[in-house]
Amino acid sequence: MKAYGRVFKYGDNVDTDVIIPARYLNSSDPAELATHCMEDIDKDFIHKVKKGDIIVAEKNFGCGSSREHAPIAIKAAGVSCVIAETFARIFYRNAINIGLPIIECPEASKGISAGDEVEVDFDSGIIYNRTKGTQFKGQAFPEFMQKIIQAEGLINYINQK
Amino acid sequence: MGMTMTQKILAAAAHLPSVEAGQLIEADLDLVLGNDITSPVAIHEMDKFTKQGVFDKDKIALVMDHFIPNKDIKSAEHCKCVRQFAAKHDITNYFDVGQMGIEHALLPESGLTVAGDVIIGADSHTCTYGALGAFSTGVGSTDMAAGMATGKAWFKVPSAIRFNLVGKPSKWVSGKDVILHIIGMIGVDGALYRSMEFVGEGVKNLSMDDRFTIANMAIEAGGKNGIFPVDDAAIAYMKEHASRPYKIYEADADAVYDEEYTIDLSALKSTVAFPHLPENTRTVDEITEEIAIDQAVIGSCTNGRIEDLRCAAKILEGRKVKKGVRCIVIPATQKVYLQAMEEGLLKTFIEAGAVVSTPTCGPCLGGYMGILAEGERCVSTTNRNFVGRMGHVKSEVYLASPAVAAASAVTGIISAPDALGL
Repeated sequence: MKAYGRVFKYGDNVDTDVIIPARYLNSSDPAELATHCMEDIDKDFIHKVKKGDIIVAEKNFGCGSSREHAPIAIKAAGVSCVIAETFARIFYRNAINIGLPIIECPEASKGISAGDEVEVDFDSGIIYNRTKGTQFKGQAFPEFMQKIIQAEGLINYINQK
Repeated sequence: MGMTMTQKILAAAAHLPSVEAGQLIEADLDLVLGNDITSPVAIHEMDKFTKQGVFDKDKIALVMDHFIPNKDIKSAEHCKCVRQFAAKHDITNYFDVGQMGIEHALLPESGLTVAGDVIIGADSHTCTYGALGAFSTGVGSTDMAAGMATGKAWFKVPSAIRFNLVGKPSKWVSGKDVILHIIGMIGVDGALYRSMEFVGEGVKNLSMDDRFTIANMAIEAGGKNGIFPVDDAAIAYMKEHASRPYKIYEADADAVYDEEYTIDLSALKSTVAFPHLPENTRTVDEITEEIAIDQAVIGSCTNGRIEDLRCAAKILEGRKVKKGVRCIVIPATQKVYLQAMEEGLLKTFIEAGAVVSTPTCGPCLGGYMGILAEGERCVSTTNRNFVGRMGHVKSEVYLASPAVAAASAVTGIISAPDALGL
Protein backbone atom coordinates (compact mmCIF):
# COMPACT_ATOMS: atom_id res chain seq x y z
CA MET A 1 0.00 0.00 0.00
CA LYS A 2 1.41 3.39 -1.02
CA ALA A 3 0.44 7.04 -1.06
CA TYR A 4 1.79 9.68 -3.44
CA GLY A 5 0.90 13.33 -3.51
CA ARG A 6 1.67 16.97 -3.03
CA VAL A 7 2.03 18.31 0.49
CA PHE A 8 -0.10 20.79 2.42
CA LYS A 9 1.94 21.87 5.44
CA TYR A 10 0.62 23.07 8.82
CA GLY A 11 2.10 23.81 12.28
CA ASP A 12 1.43 22.71 15.86
CA ASN A 13 -1.96 21.96 17.44
CA VAL A 14 -4.17 21.87 14.35
CA ASP A 15 -7.46 21.29 16.20
CA THR A 16 -10.59 19.53 15.02
CA ASP A 17 -12.52 22.82 15.15
CA VAL A 18 -10.40 24.24 12.33
CA ILE A 19 -10.37 20.91 10.46
CA ILE A 20 -14.18 20.89 10.41
CA PRO A 21 -15.91 23.75 12.25
CA ALA A 22 -18.85 22.79 14.47
CA ARG A 23 -21.20 24.99 12.45
CA TYR A 24 -21.08 22.24 9.81
CA LEU A 25 -21.62 19.33 12.23
CA ASN A 26 -25.33 19.35 11.56
CA SER A 27 -24.30 17.16 8.63
CA SER A 28 -22.62 13.76 8.71
CA ASP A 29 -22.35 13.38 4.91
CA PRO A 30 -18.65 12.87 4.02
CA ALA A 31 -18.90 14.73 0.70
CA GLU A 32 -20.57 17.73 2.33
CA LEU A 33 -18.10 17.74 5.24
CA ALA A 34 -15.21 17.63 2.75
CA THR A 35 -16.33 20.91 1.19
CA HIS A 36 -15.53 22.66 4.50
CA CYS A 37 -12.36 20.72 5.32
CA MET A 38 -9.64 22.94 6.89
CA GLU A 39 -11.85 25.98 6.25
CA ASP A 40 -10.92 27.93 9.40
CA ILE A 41 -7.15 27.42 9.02
CA ASP A 42 -6.73 27.43 5.24
CA LYS A 43 -9.61 28.70 3.12
CA ASP A 44 -7.83 27.72 -0.11
CA PHE A 45 -7.23 24.09 0.89
CA ILE A 46 -10.43 22.67 -0.52
CA HIS A 47 -9.96 24.50 -3.84
CA LYS A 48 -6.40 23.30 -4.27
CA VAL A 49 -6.41 19.75 -2.86
CA LYS A 50 -6.20 16.91 -5.38
CA LYS A 51 -6.84 13.22 -4.85
CA GLY A 52 -3.81 11.61 -3.26
CA ASP A 53 -2.40 14.78 -1.66
CA ILE A 54 -0.77 14.56 1.73
CA ILE A 55 -1.07 16.70 4.88
CA VAL A 56 2.10 17.21 6.91
CA ALA A 57 1.89 18.92 10.30
CA GLU A 58 3.86 19.40 13.46
CA LYS A 59 2.85 18.54 17.05
CA ASN A 60 -0.54 17.38 18.36
CA PHE A 61 -2.46 17.23 15.06
CA GLY A 62 -6.20 16.75 15.58
CA CYS A 63 -6.40 17.97 19.16
CA GLY A 64 -9.72 18.93 20.72
CA SER A 65 -13.08 17.43 19.99
CA SER A 66 -13.67 13.71 19.34
CA ARG A 67 -15.61 14.45 16.15
CA GLU A 68 -14.91 11.67 13.68
CA HIS A 69 -16.16 14.18 11.12
CA ALA A 70 -12.57 15.55 11.14
CA PRO A 71 -10.75 12.51 9.66
CA ILE A 72 -13.87 11.77 7.58
CA ALA A 73 -13.66 15.25 6.00
CA ILE A 74 -9.92 14.87 5.34
CA LYS A 75 -10.36 11.45 3.76
CA ALA A 76 -13.35 12.56 1.68
CA ALA A 77 -11.37 15.59 0.46
CA GLY A 78 -9.03 13.10 -1.20
CA VAL A 79 -6.09 13.19 1.22
CA SER A 80 -4.18 9.89 1.12
CA CYS A 81 -2.12 10.24 4.28
CA VAL A 82 -1.47 12.59 7.22
CA ILE A 83 2.07 12.80 8.59
CA ALA A 84 2.72 14.65 11.86
CA GLU A 85 5.26 14.92 14.61
CA THR A 86 2.53 13.70 17.01
CA PHE A 87 -1.23 13.21 16.86
CA ALA A 88 -3.85 13.84 19.52
CA ARG A 89 -5.00 10.43 20.67
CA ILE A 90 -8.70 10.52 19.77
CA PHE A 91 -7.88 11.72 16.25
CA TYR A 92 -5.32 8.92 15.97
CA ARG A 93 -7.91 6.27 16.90
CA ASN A 94 -10.55 7.80 14.66
CA ALA A 95 -8.25 7.96 11.64
CA ILE A 96 -7.30 4.29 12.01
CA ASN A 97 -10.92 3.30 12.62
CA ILE A 98 -12.16 4.92 9.41
CA GLY A 99 -9.14 3.77 7.39
CA LEU A 100 -7.30 7.09 6.94
CA PRO A 101 -3.56 6.30 7.04
CA ILE A 102 -1.57 8.46 9.45
CA ILE A 103 2.08 8.31 10.42
CA GLU A 104 3.99 9.85 13.30
CA CYS A 105 7.45 10.99 12.17
CA PRO A 106 9.10 14.09 13.68
CA GLU A 107 11.95 14.03 11.13
CA ALA A 108 9.57 13.96 8.17
CA SER A 109 7.55 16.76 9.72
CA LYS A 110 10.71 18.89 9.84
CA GLY A 111 12.12 17.78 6.48
CA ILE A 112 9.05 18.28 4.29
CA SER A 113 7.83 21.65 3.00
CA ALA A 114 4.55 22.80 1.50
CA GLY A 115 4.30 21.76 -2.14
CA ASP A 116 6.86 18.93 -1.91
CA GLU A 117 5.94 15.70 -3.65
CA VAL A 118 6.00 12.86 -1.17
CA GLU A 119 5.59 9.10 -1.37
CA VAL A 120 4.69 6.95 1.62
CA ASP A 121 5.18 3.18 1.72
CA PHE A 122 2.88 1.90 4.45
CA ASP A 123 4.40 -1.57 4.52
CA SER A 124 7.86 -0.30 5.40
CA GLY A 125 6.86 2.99 7.04
CA ILE A 126 9.32 4.81 4.78
CA ILE A 127 8.46 8.33 3.68
CA TYR A 128 10.25 9.57 0.49
CA ASN A 129 10.47 13.29 -0.21
CA ARG A 130 10.71 13.09 -4.03
CA THR A 131 11.18 16.86 -4.36
CA LYS A 132 14.15 17.08 -2.03
CA GLY A 133 15.50 13.56 -2.58
CA THR A 134 15.40 12.67 1.12
CA GLN A 135 13.76 9.86 3.05
CA PHE A 136 12.52 9.24 6.58
CA LYS A 137 11.53 6.19 8.60
CA GLY A 138 8.07 6.63 10.06
CA GLN A 139 6.57 4.60 12.86
CA ALA A 140 5.10 1.42 11.35
CA PHE A 141 1.62 0.35 12.48
CA PRO A 142 1.19 -2.62 14.81
CA GLU A 143 -0.22 -5.59 12.91
CA PHE A 144 -3.81 -5.26 14.14
CA MET A 145 -3.91 -1.58 13.10
CA GLN A 146 -2.69 -2.53 9.62
CA LYS A 147 -5.50 -5.05 9.44
CA ILE A 148 -8.05 -2.39 10.40
CA ILE A 149 -6.72 -0.08 7.67
CA GLN A 150 -6.66 -2.90 5.11
CA ALA A 151 -10.25 -3.78 6.01
CA GLU A 152 -11.05 -0.08 5.43
CA GLY A 153 -12.19 0.47 8.98
CA LEU A 154 -12.88 -1.08 12.35
CA ILE A 155 -16.40 -2.35 11.59
CA ASN A 156 -15.30 -4.40 8.57
CA TYR A 157 -12.41 -5.71 10.65
CA ILE A 158 -14.79 -6.85 13.41
CA ASN A 159 -17.07 -8.42 10.81
CA GLN A 160 -14.14 -10.44 9.48
CA LYS A 161 -13.08 -11.69 12.92
CA MET B 1 5.99 -3.49 38.93
CA GLY B 2 3.14 -1.62 40.57
CA MET B 3 0.16 -0.29 38.66
CA THR B 4 -1.42 3.15 38.58
CA MET B 5 -5.09 3.59 39.42
CA THR B 6 -5.99 3.66 35.72
CA GLN B 7 -3.91 0.56 34.97
CA LYS B 8 -5.66 -1.36 37.77
CA ILE B 9 -9.10 -0.54 36.40
CA LEU B 10 -8.04 -1.52 32.88
CA ALA B 11 -6.44 -4.80 34.05
CA ALA B 12 -9.67 -5.79 35.80
CA ALA B 13 -11.78 -4.89 32.74
CA ALA B 14 -9.46 -6.93 30.51
CA HIS B 15 -9.55 -9.90 32.93
CA LEU B 16 -5.77 -9.76 33.35
CA PRO B 17 -3.81 -10.01 36.62
CA SER B 18 -1.71 -7.02 35.62
CA VAL B 19 -1.02 -4.68 32.70
CA GLU B 20 1.79 -2.32 31.87
CA ALA B 21 2.09 0.91 29.93
CA GLY B 22 2.08 0.36 26.17
CA GLN B 23 0.27 -2.99 26.30
CA LEU B 24 -2.69 -3.38 23.92
CA ILE B 25 -5.74 -4.80 25.65
CA GLU B 26 -9.40 -5.43 25.00
CA ALA B 27 -11.58 -4.27 27.88
CA ASP B 28 -15.21 -4.81 28.84
CA LEU B 29 -17.24 -1.62 28.85
CA ASP B 30 -19.65 -0.50 31.58
CA LEU B 31 -21.12 2.34 29.56
CA VAL B 32 -21.02 3.59 25.98
CA LEU B 33 -22.06 7.19 25.41
CA GLY B 34 -22.97 9.31 22.40
CA ASN B 35 -24.60 12.65 21.68
CA ASP B 36 -26.66 14.19 18.89
CA ILE B 37 -23.57 15.01 16.79
CA THR B 38 -21.57 11.80 17.16
CA SER B 39 -24.34 9.18 17.48
CA PRO B 40 -25.76 9.53 13.93
CA VAL B 41 -22.33 8.67 12.51
CA ALA B 42 -22.10 5.70 14.90
CA ILE B 43 -25.59 4.51 14.00
CA HIS B 44 -24.68 4.63 10.31
CA GLU B 45 -21.58 2.53 11.09
CA MET B 46 -23.71 0.06 13.09
CA ASP B 47 -25.64 -0.71 9.91
CA LYS B 48 -22.47 -2.25 8.45
CA PHE B 49 -22.31 -4.93 11.13
CA THR B 50 -23.20 -8.41 9.99
CA LYS B 51 -24.48 -9.12 13.50
CA GLN B 52 -27.13 -6.53 14.31
CA GLY B 53 -28.24 -5.32 17.73
CA VAL B 54 -26.68 -3.75 20.82
CA PHE B 55 -24.67 -5.54 23.50
CA ASP B 56 -26.74 -4.28 26.43
CA LYS B 57 -29.58 -1.78 26.16
CA ASP B 58 -28.98 -0.65 29.76
CA LYS B 59 -25.31 0.19 29.19
CA ILE B 60 -25.72 2.71 26.41
CA ALA B 61 -26.48 6.38 27.00
CA LEU B 62 -27.64 8.63 24.18
CA VAL B 63 -27.85 12.27 25.16
CA MET B 64 -29.26 14.92 22.84
CA ASP B 65 -27.41 17.99 24.07
CA HIS B 66 -25.32 19.81 21.48
CA PHE B 67 -27.85 21.41 19.14
CA ILE B 68 -31.03 20.79 21.12
CA PRO B 69 -33.81 21.98 21.20
CA ASN B 70 -32.93 21.64 17.53
CA LYS B 71 -31.43 24.73 15.97
CA ASP B 72 -32.19 23.83 12.36
CA ILE B 73 -33.61 21.16 10.06
CA LYS B 74 -30.37 19.23 9.72
CA SER B 75 -29.83 18.94 13.46
CA ALA B 76 -33.47 17.92 13.83
CA GLU B 77 -32.87 15.12 11.32
CA HIS B 78 -29.87 13.97 13.36
CA CYS B 79 -31.90 13.81 16.56
CA LYS B 80 -34.70 12.00 14.74
CA CYS B 81 -32.21 9.38 13.58
CA VAL B 82 -30.98 8.83 17.16
CA ARG B 83 -34.52 8.86 18.58
CA GLN B 84 -35.58 6.15 16.14
CA PHE B 85 -32.48 4.07 16.92
CA ALA B 86 -33.15 4.38 20.67
CA ALA B 87 -36.74 3.27 20.19
CA LYS B 88 -35.80 0.37 17.90
CA HIS B 89 -33.25 -1.00 20.38
CA ASP B 90 -35.24 -0.03 23.47
CA ILE B 91 -32.28 1.97 24.84
CA THR B 92 -32.95 2.60 28.53
CA ASN B 93 -30.88 5.74 28.88
CA TYR B 94 -32.04 7.93 26.03
CA PHE B 95 -32.29 11.59 27.02
CA ASP B 96 -34.28 14.01 24.89
CA VAL B 97 -35.80 17.46 25.46
CA GLY B 98 -37.37 17.48 28.91
CA GLN B 99 -34.96 14.99 30.47
CA MET B 100 -31.74 15.94 28.81
CA GLY B 101 -28.82 17.88 30.19
CA ILE B 102 -25.24 18.31 29.08
CA GLU B 103 -24.02 14.72 29.00
CA HIS B 104 -21.06 15.00 31.37
CA ALA B 105 -23.11 16.73 34.03
CA LEU B 106 -26.17 14.55 33.41
CA LEU B 107 -24.67 11.06 33.58
CA PRO B 108 -22.98 11.31 37.01
CA GLU B 109 -26.09 13.11 38.33
CA SER B 110 -28.23 10.26 36.98
CA GLY B 111 -26.05 7.66 38.70
CA LEU B 112 -24.90 6.11 35.42
CA THR B 113 -21.17 6.52 36.14
CA VAL B 114 -19.50 5.10 39.25
CA ALA B 115 -16.02 4.31 40.56
CA GLY B 116 -14.26 1.43 38.85
CA ASP B 117 -16.23 1.73 35.59
CA VAL B 118 -14.68 1.61 32.15
CA ILE B 119 -16.57 4.12 29.99
CA ILE B 120 -16.12 5.28 26.43
CA GLY B 121 -18.01 8.18 24.96
CA ALA B 122 -18.07 9.71 21.53
CA ASP B 123 -17.33 13.08 23.04
CA SER B 124 -13.88 14.21 24.06
CA HIS B 125 -14.98 15.41 27.50
CA THR B 126 -16.01 11.90 28.50
CA CYS B 127 -12.92 12.02 30.74
CA THR B 128 -15.09 13.93 33.28
CA TYR B 129 -16.14 10.75 35.15
CA GLY B 130 -12.60 10.26 36.43
CA ALA B 131 -13.73 12.58 39.23
CA LEU B 132 -15.60 9.57 40.62
CA GLY B 133 -12.68 7.16 40.21
CA ALA B 134 -13.82 5.69 36.88
CA PHE B 135 -11.69 5.18 33.78
CA SER B 136 -13.46 7.16 31.10
CA THR B 137 -12.19 8.46 27.82
CA GLY B 138 -13.37 10.09 24.64
CA VAL B 139 -13.45 8.17 21.37
CA GLY B 140 -14.96 8.68 17.94
CA SER B 141 -18.17 7.44 16.42
CA THR B 142 -16.76 4.20 15.00
CA ASP B 143 -15.42 3.18 18.42
CA MET B 144 -18.82 4.07 19.84
CA ALA B 145 -20.50 1.84 17.23
CA ALA B 146 -18.16 -1.06 17.97
CA GLY B 147 -18.71 -0.49 21.70
CA MET B 148 -22.50 -0.49 21.33
CA ALA B 149 -22.37 -3.70 19.29
CA THR B 150 -19.75 -5.67 21.23
CA GLY B 151 -19.48 -4.10 24.70
CA LYS B 152 -15.73 -4.02 24.26
CA ALA B 153 -13.02 -1.61 23.15
CA TRP B 154 -9.28 -1.85 22.54
CA PHE B 155 -6.92 0.37 24.48
CA LYS B 156 -3.23 0.99 24.66
CA VAL B 157 -2.54 1.00 28.40
CA PRO B 158 -1.41 4.53 29.29
CA SER B 159 1.46 5.61 31.50
CA ALA B 160 0.64 8.37 33.95
CA ILE B 161 1.56 11.76 35.30
CA ARG B 162 0.90 12.22 39.01
CA PHE B 163 -0.30 15.58 40.32
CA ASN B 164 0.13 15.79 44.05
CA LEU B 165 -2.33 18.41 45.28
CA VAL B 166 -1.62 20.08 48.62
CA GLY B 167 -3.22 22.95 50.53
CA LYS B 168 -6.59 24.61 50.24
CA PRO B 169 -7.70 26.98 47.47
CA SER B 170 -8.44 30.54 48.54
CA LYS B 171 -11.83 32.23 48.14
CA TRP B 172 -12.99 32.50 44.49
CA VAL B 173 -10.36 30.00 43.33
CA SER B 174 -12.02 26.84 42.04
CA GLY B 175 -11.40 23.66 40.07
CA LYS B 176 -11.28 25.67 36.84
CA ASP B 177 -8.30 27.67 38.07
CA VAL B 178 -6.56 24.45 39.14
CA ILE B 179 -6.89 22.80 35.74
CA LEU B 180 -6.10 25.97 33.76
CA HIS B 181 -2.97 26.37 35.89
CA ILE B 182 -1.95 22.77 35.15
CA ILE B 183 -2.60 23.09 31.39
CA GLY B 184 -0.63 26.34 31.37
CA MET B 185 2.22 24.51 33.07
CA ILE B 186 2.39 21.34 30.92
CA GLY B 187 0.83 22.55 27.64
CA VAL B 188 -1.98 21.30 25.42
CA ASP B 189 -0.04 18.14 24.59
CA GLY B 190 1.69 17.85 27.98
CA ALA B 191 -0.22 14.70 28.90
CA LEU B 192 -0.59 13.28 25.38
CA TYR B 193 -1.70 9.60 25.42
CA ARG B 194 -1.28 9.53 29.23
CA SER B 195 -3.37 9.46 32.40
CA MET B 196 -3.47 12.44 34.70
CA GLU B 197 -3.82 11.12 38.24
CA PHE B 198 -4.76 13.75 40.83
CA VAL B 199 -3.84 12.72 44.36
CA GLY B 200 -2.73 14.18 47.69
CA GLU B 201 -4.17 15.71 50.83
CA GLY B 202 -5.40 18.73 48.86
CA VAL B 203 -8.03 16.60 47.09
CA LYS B 204 -10.26 16.75 50.17
CA ASN B 205 -10.38 20.52 49.79
CA LEU B 206 -11.92 20.21 46.33
CA SER B 207 -15.67 19.71 46.05
CA MET B 208 -17.03 17.06 43.69
CA ASP B 209 -18.03 19.82 41.26
CA ASP B 210 -14.42 21.10 41.34
CA ARG B 211 -13.19 17.58 40.59
CA PHE B 212 -15.62 17.15 37.67
CA THR B 213 -14.27 20.40 36.20
CA ILE B 214 -10.64 19.28 36.60
CA ALA B 215 -11.16 15.78 35.16
CA ASN B 216 -13.30 17.28 32.36
CA MET B 217 -10.38 19.30 31.00
CA ALA B 218 -7.75 16.52 31.13
CA ILE B 219 -8.31 16.26 27.36
CA GLU B 220 -7.19 19.88 26.96
CA ALA B 221 -3.74 18.75 28.06
CA GLY B 222 -3.98 15.84 25.60
CA GLY B 223 -4.67 13.37 28.43
CA LYS B 224 -6.29 10.01 27.81
CA ASN B 225 -8.09 10.33 31.12
CA GLY B 226 -8.04 12.27 34.36
CA ILE B 227 -8.72 10.42 37.58
CA PHE B 228 -9.17 11.07 41.30
CA PRO B 229 -8.96 8.65 44.23
CA VAL B 230 -12.30 7.66 45.73
CA ASP B 231 -12.67 9.38 49.10
CA ASP B 232 -15.60 10.05 51.44
CA ALA B 233 -16.87 12.91 49.28
CA ALA B 234 -16.92 10.70 46.16
CA ILE B 235 -18.65 7.90 48.06
CA ALA B 236 -21.24 10.32 49.42
CA TYR B 237 -21.86 11.61 45.87
CA MET B 238 -22.34 8.10 44.50
CA LYS B 239 -24.63 7.09 47.39
CA GLU B 240 -26.78 10.13 46.70
CA HIS B 241 -27.01 9.61 42.93
CA ALA B 242 -26.32 6.00 42.01
CA SER B 243 -28.04 2.77 42.87
CA ARG B 244 -25.60 0.31 41.35
CA PRO B 245 -22.43 -0.87 43.13
CA TYR B 246 -19.11 0.87 42.70
CA LYS B 247 -15.62 -0.54 43.02
CA ILE B 248 -12.66 1.31 44.47
CA TYR B 249 -9.23 0.89 42.89
CA GLU B 250 -6.12 2.42 44.40
CA ALA B 251 -2.72 2.92 42.80
CA ASP B 252 -0.02 0.57 44.08
CA ALA B 253 2.55 2.15 46.39
CA ASP B 254 5.26 1.26 43.86
CA ALA B 255 3.35 2.44 40.79
CA VAL B 256 5.60 4.14 38.26
CA TYR B 257 4.85 7.63 36.95
CA ASP B 258 6.43 9.37 33.97
CA GLU B 259 6.42 12.67 35.80
CA GLU B 260 5.27 14.05 39.14
CA TYR B 261 4.20 17.57 40.02
CA THR B 262 3.20 19.11 43.33
CA ILE B 263 0.55 21.80 43.11
CA ASP B 264 -0.02 24.04 46.12
CA LEU B 265 -3.71 24.91 45.82
CA SER B 266 -3.36 27.75 48.34
CA ALA B 267 -0.93 29.53 46.00
CA LEU B 268 -3.27 29.48 42.98
CA LYS B 269 -5.02 32.61 41.73
CA SER B 270 -7.90 33.30 39.37
CA THR B 271 -6.56 32.16 35.99
CA VAL B 272 -7.57 32.93 32.41
CA ALA B 273 -6.58 31.15 29.18
CA PHE B 274 -6.07 33.66 26.37
CA PRO B 275 -6.89 32.94 22.71
CA HIS B 276 -6.37 30.57 20.99
CA LEU B 277 -5.14 27.71 23.17
CA PRO B 278 -6.08 26.58 26.69
CA GLU B 279 -2.35 26.63 27.56
CA ASN B 280 -2.07 30.42 27.07
CA THR B 281 -2.74 31.11 30.72
CA ARG B 282 -2.19 34.18 32.85
CA THR B 283 -3.45 34.91 36.33
CA VAL B 284 -5.88 37.81 36.39
CA ASP B 285 -3.46 39.89 38.47
CA GLU B 286 -0.87 39.47 35.70
CA ILE B 287 -3.17 41.14 33.17
CA THR B 288 -2.01 44.73 32.87
CA GLU B 289 -4.17 45.82 29.94
CA GLU B 290 -7.95 46.30 29.99
CA ILE B 291 -9.56 43.53 27.96
CA ALA B 292 -13.08 44.66 27.14
CA ILE B 293 -15.60 41.88 26.53
CA ASP B 294 -18.80 41.65 24.50
CA GLN B 295 -20.15 38.47 26.04
CA ALA B 296 -19.84 36.26 29.13
CA VAL B 297 -20.94 32.62 29.04
CA ILE B 298 -21.49 30.69 32.26
CA GLY B 299 -22.27 27.04 31.62
CA SER B 300 -21.07 23.93 29.73
CA CYS B 301 -19.97 20.43 30.78
CA THR B 302 -17.02 22.12 32.45
CA ASN B 303 -18.81 24.71 34.59
CA GLY B 304 -22.60 24.44 34.40
CA ARG B 305 -23.17 22.65 37.71
CA ILE B 306 -25.00 24.03 40.74
CA GLU B 307 -21.87 25.23 42.56
CA ASP B 308 -20.82 27.12 39.45
CA LEU B 309 -24.17 28.88 39.28
CA ARG B 310 -24.14 29.61 43.01
CA CYS B 311 -20.72 31.21 42.65
CA ALA B 312 -21.82 33.35 39.69
CA ALA B 313 -25.00 34.35 41.52
CA LYS B 314 -23.06 35.47 44.59
CA ILE B 315 -21.18 37.90 42.38
CA LEU B 316 -24.18 39.05 40.33
CA GLU B 317 -26.46 39.46 43.37
CA GLY B 318 -27.47 43.10 43.59
CA ARG B 319 -25.27 44.06 40.64
CA LYS B 320 -25.91 44.65 36.96
CA VAL B 321 -24.30 43.22 33.87
CA LYS B 322 -22.34 46.05 32.25
CA LYS B 323 -24.21 47.85 29.47
CA GLY B 324 -23.06 46.44 26.14
CA VAL B 325 -22.16 43.01 27.57
CA ARG B 326 -24.35 39.96 26.91
CA CYS B 327 -24.31 37.51 29.81
CA ILE B 328 -25.62 34.02 29.05
CA VAL B 329 -26.17 31.51 31.87
CA ILE B 330 -26.75 27.88 30.92
CA PRO B 331 -27.60 25.41 33.70
CA ALA B 332 -26.11 22.07 32.65
CA THR B 333 -29.10 19.87 33.43
CA GLN B 334 -32.81 20.11 34.18
CA LYS B 335 -32.04 19.22 37.80
CA VAL B 336 -29.45 21.99 38.09
CA TYR B 337 -31.96 24.36 36.46
CA LEU B 338 -34.66 23.42 38.97
CA GLN B 339 -32.30 23.67 41.91
CA ALA B 340 -31.10 27.09 40.72
CA MET B 341 -34.73 28.16 40.48
CA GLU B 342 -35.56 26.91 43.97
CA GLU B 343 -32.51 28.63 45.42
CA GLY B 344 -33.45 31.92 43.75
CA LEU B 345 -30.35 31.99 41.55
CA LEU B 346 -32.31 32.41 38.32
CA LYS B 347 -34.02 35.49 39.77
CA THR B 348 -30.60 36.91 40.61
CA PHE B 349 -29.36 36.29 37.06
CA ILE B 350 -32.39 37.80 35.42
CA GLU B 351 -32.44 40.84 37.70
CA ALA B 352 -28.75 41.38 36.92
CA GLY B 353 -29.57 41.48 33.21
CA ALA B 354 -28.33 38.02 32.24
CA VAL B 355 -30.32 35.52 30.20
CA VAL B 356 -30.90 31.95 31.36
CA SER B 357 -31.04 29.23 28.72
CA THR B 358 -32.33 25.69 28.63
CA PRO B 359 -29.49 23.13 29.10
CA THR B 360 -27.41 22.88 25.91
CA CYS B 361 -23.78 22.79 24.79
CA GLY B 362 -24.85 25.63 22.48
CA PRO B 363 -22.23 28.37 22.25
CA CYS B 364 -19.32 26.35 23.68
CA LEU B 365 -18.66 24.76 20.31
CA GLY B 366 -20.12 27.57 18.25
CA GLY B 367 -23.39 25.73 17.70
CA TYR B 368 -25.95 28.40 18.57
CA MET B 369 -27.25 30.42 21.54
CA GLY B 370 -24.45 32.97 21.69
CA ILE B 371 -22.34 32.94 18.52
CA LEU B 372 -19.71 35.67 18.24
CA ALA B 373 -19.37 38.13 15.36
CA GLU B 374 -16.07 39.24 13.82
CA GLY B 375 -13.84 40.97 16.35
CA GLU B 376 -16.00 40.12 19.37
CA ARG B 377 -14.59 38.85 22.65
CA CYS B 378 -16.14 36.47 25.13
CA VAL B 379 -15.06 35.38 28.60
CA SER B 380 -16.39 31.89 29.00
CA THR B 381 -16.45 29.09 31.56
CA THR B 382 -16.26 26.57 28.70
CA ASN B 383 -13.23 24.44 27.80
CA ARG B 384 -11.81 25.48 24.43
CA ASN B 385 -10.73 28.79 22.92
CA PHE B 386 -9.53 27.57 19.52
CA VAL B 387 -9.79 29.76 16.42
CA GLY B 388 -13.48 30.09 15.48
CA ARG B 389 -14.59 27.91 18.38
CA MET B 390 -17.52 30.16 19.37
CA GLY B 391 -18.19 31.80 16.05
CA HIS B 392 -16.28 34.01 13.62
CA VAL B 393 -12.63 33.05 12.99
CA LYS B 394 -11.71 36.55 14.11
CA SER B 395 -13.59 36.33 17.41
CA GLU B 396 -11.86 35.55 20.71
CA VAL B 397 -12.65 33.31 23.67
CA TYR B 398 -11.01 33.73 27.09
CA LEU B 399 -11.47 30.69 29.32
CA ALA B 400 -12.09 31.34 33.00
CA SER B 401 -13.92 30.26 36.15
CA PRO B 402 -17.55 31.17 36.88
CA ALA B 403 -16.25 33.73 39.41
CA VAL B 404 -14.14 35.51 36.79
CA ALA B 405 -16.84 35.27 34.10
CA ALA B 406 -19.46 36.78 36.43
CA ALA B 407 -17.15 39.52 37.70
CA SER B 408 -16.13 40.35 34.12
CA ALA B 409 -19.79 40.54 33.07
CA VAL B 410 -20.26 43.28 35.68
CA THR B 411 -17.09 45.28 35.01
CA GLY B 412 -17.10 44.76 31.23
CA ILE B 413 -13.41 43.89 31.27
CA ILE B 414 -11.71 40.66 32.31
CA SER B 415 -11.66 40.86 36.10
CA ALA B 416 -11.49 38.78 39.25
CA PRO B 417 -14.16 39.26 41.93
CA ASP B 418 -11.80 41.44 43.99
CA ALA B 419 -12.32 44.18 41.37
CA LEU B 420 -15.83 44.40 42.87
CA GLY B 421 -14.52 44.51 46.42
CA LEU B 422 -15.46 40.86 46.96
